Amino acid sequence: MYLRDDLLAAIEQAGLVGRGGAAFPVARKWRRIKDLQKPKKYVICNASEGEPDVSKDFFLLEHYPAEVFKGLILAMDFLQTKEGYFYINRNYYQVLQAKIDPLLKSCQERGYLINLFIEEPSYIGGETGALLNAIEGKKVQPRYKNPSPSVLGIFGTPVLLHNVETLYDVACVAIGKFDQTRLATISGEGLAKPDVYRVRNDQGVIDILRQTGNYPSFDFFVQVGGGAAGEVLTSKQAETATLSGSGSIKVFPKTTSPYTFLQKLFAFYDRESCGKCSPCRDGAWQLVQLLAGQSEQSELPWAKFSPIIKIMDKGSFCNLGKSIALPVRSYALNILGIKV
Amino acid sequence: MSKLVTVYIDNQPYQVEEGQNLLQIALANQIDIPHLCYHPDLHADHNCRLCLVKHDGEVETSCEIQAREGLRIETKDAEIQALRTENLKLILASHRTNCPKCRAQLPCKVAGLMKKYGVTSEEYRRKMLDLAVHKMANAAEFDPNLCVRCGLCISACAEIGINFLRLEGKSSDTHLAHSQNPKVDCIYCGQCTVSCPVGAIREQSHLEAVEEVLADSDKIVIVQMAPSVRASIGEEFGLEPGLNLEKKMFTALRILGFAKIFDVNMGADITTMVEAEELVERLRQKFTGKKPSLPMFTSCCPGWVKFLEFYYPELIPHLTTARSPHIHSGGAYKTWWAKKAGVDPSKIVVVSLMPCTSKKYEASMDKLTFEFAGHKLKPVDLVLTTREIAALLKKHQLDLPNLPDSEADLEGEYSGAAAIYGASGGVMESALRTSAYLLTGQDLPKIDLQEVRGMKGIKKATIKMGEQEIKVAVVATPRNARNILEKIKRGVEEYDYIEFMACPGGCIGGGGQPLQGTVETIKKRIAGLYTIDAQKKVRRAHENSIVQEFLAFVKSEPALSKKILHTSYSAKNKGA
Repeated sequence: MYLRDDLLAAIEQAGLVGRGGAAFPVARKWRRIKDLQKPKKYVICNASEGEPDVSKDFFLLEHYPAEVFKGLILAMDFLQTKEGYFYINRNYYQVLQAKIDPLLKSCQERGYLINLFIEEPSYIGGETGALLNAIEGKKVQPRYKNPSPSVLGIFGTPVLLHNVETLYDVACVAIGKFDQTRLATISGEGLAKPDVYRVRNDQGVIDILRQTGNYPSFDFFVQVGGGAAGEVLTSKQAETATLSGSGSIKVFPKTTSPYTFLQKLFAFYDRESCGKCSPCRDGAWQLVQLLAGQSEQSELPWAKFSPIIKIMDKGSFCNLGKSIALPVRSYALNILGIKV
Repeated sequence: MSKLVTVYIDNQPYQVEEGQNLLQIALANQIDIPHLCYHPDLHADHNCRLCLVKHDGEVETSCEIQAREGLRIETKDAEIQALRTENLKLILASHRTNCPKCRAQLPCKVAGLMKKYGVTSEEYRRKMLDLAVHKMANAAEFDPNLCVRCGLCISACAEIGINFLRLEGKSSDTHLAHSQNPKVDCIYCGQCTVSCPVGAIREQSHLEAVEEVLADSDKIVIVQMAPSVRASIGEEFGLEPGLNLEKKMFTALRILGFAKIFDVNMGADITTMVEAEELVERLRQKFTGKKPSLPMFTSCCPGWVKFLEFYYPELIPHLTTARSPHIHSGGAYKTWWAKKAGVDPSKIVVVSLMPCTSKKYEASMDKLTFEFAGHKLKPVDLVLTTREIAALLKKHQLDLPNLPDSEADLEGEYSGAAAIYGASGGVMESALRTSAYLLTGQDLPKIDLQEVRGMKGIKKATIKMGEQEIKVAVVATPRNARNILEKIKRGVEEYDYIEFMACPGGCIGGGGQPLQGTVETIKKRIAGLYTIDAQKKVRRAHENSIVQEFLAFVKSEPALSKKILHTSYSAKNKGA
């Protein structure tokens, strides 16, 4: 069994980073909160997983729920707290209740009070500030950057917030089984075996597709690191690319029309904007309107998309609105040869 | 005092307090940065994303950057201008089509912004939600389809302690809505309307109705201006807050075609007389061992009265039965003046110019109507806010600051005690000046009661009147009112007389005042009011000869007193 500081050292040694998408070093987060002299601290497990085509957290909770809870308890022990939250989206909970409830109960029997918080499924619900606001009963919207959740998380108390996969990794480090791997969600029409796979952190995207038997028999391009916010790459570019963000690989037939590709993307941003700031709320809606007048065959009005993408990128309050720029720009440039 | 640091805005150094936000600093130094959701006195939500600047090569909103030593921002960069412009197009999509002011070609706050950035508001079409304009009684209203969802009205409503407004929905369906909680209701104060940058939440306009009666040769249209309007209307014409423009206003109102120029200040002197008499009566009962409803509460603020009737109906007996100033004077014009001038009172239309939205609600109350000379009459027919009268002047190209001075008509005469009615503590001070005289036969040794003046939300004082000590309090905003009322209910604190106002600083900070006023603006306006008082020869209501003449008239027609001097109250349900 690890002592507190030994575990921290092991996590640092392993180079563990947050798997919610931002890849923030776990050890730095832990140390920051550990040093705060506060009478109460919370650890929260984020099982919101609201990005399309990402289901690694669901996979872990389905197959390895005990390890995820072990990671949660280790983090709580590290902060010497007995209170935490398990924040899960309603759709997941409905399917996984039979696995999660007994674990919550056994934690409680061991003296750990882990509150179950069931969120209405949404993308923004998994964003740090929005998640904390939801627990506090406020509008589910991102927060101003200061103060950091490590200092003032919920109810005036510091919060250590981790994604499901991160806590799973913590458990792996604790039992000496962390092996520099991560989960990849592979999806796309016409693939042989779309599923969640364990892959090496440094493994190339194309290599992953080949190894998992998912290399397409057709010409294709991929979106890597999130079904909405991920970067779009040609099959050639994907040779050298490794997994990023929330670890997804989505395969598109090269014949996919720009209209089809963008329609889904714009609809996601329009639907999932929390409505707080104008670039994201109004920008995404206008993008949907601009596209609504088009068809599979039309020449798309890129000159009209461009200023909206730009203000969403540079002006949005949180990373949701900002994140539209990468998929749109990389798609336009890499696949269509258009600079946006 | 925090540490001073040097920041550079467009390469110019500025000495500022560490941690201040850069938008605030830029605005204080007349550097123009567009913004809609920022207000120095309200919660910062950083949602409009217009105040973009460049900081270390990165685009950021200046409201989110905090000053530290050596920090540099650029405000005029071409990329920044382009981003602001695009954002403005998105925020203001279809604004002109939806804005009643723009449609009527009245001045609209965002018109300047649109002009500066070359935005027509027709670049994008707005998503129109199936939501009607919501009316708060007949005082204010909001249009969810004009709203830019900046949340300032919500903050303003929360700040005064009501929490009636909120945002509902998600993404492009996010819209302004009101609380469905049966225990929460709007008090019509209009603080929300002052903070709205786009006119989506606003007074219910009486402008058209006023223009109609002015054009009707069969009507005798009397106008009367509230104490606060004269000290704030200059702001609408680019002048400093607190400048007394009453003499120019009298000229402007004559040009607009009002038949008689009277003054709500005269009504304030009537109110002081009626209210002081009632206070003295209740105090005398107390001194003789009886149990009158004390403390007595003022009632001239209809927002406050609605608050009490809705939230604390059990305390209604504490309200003075005195009507409010413009209702008093309105009743006086249609009885005493009509008789004196030999005109048919049913032809008189009284228009009040108020710093207030709840006065529209008050003026329409059926309980205030009265029978006189065979007619059923309303004391006041129409109410314009400071903003509305300014819009009317501008529409008629009246350049107020450059008009010649003139005086009100004779029956508009007022004392200094009336002038200060607009400031929190002013009603109290006026009533005390007169109550002391009525109670002891002598004036207070000091006419200026500094202890009840100023912007503090709760002010407490003990005033010596002869042998008696009168304990008073002055309270502004429902938030502070709750605090005091709970203490009174629990018997923790005891008072004889309390002045309550719905708005911060009193009427001078009212919901009908020029837009985007701040605590600093309100302080300057207040100073203006006390200057008027200090310069008046007559500074006590009981020394106003016109009011004496009117009260003598009421005494000669005893049935009138109840009809035009006093009123009654009742518990209110939501929306009433």
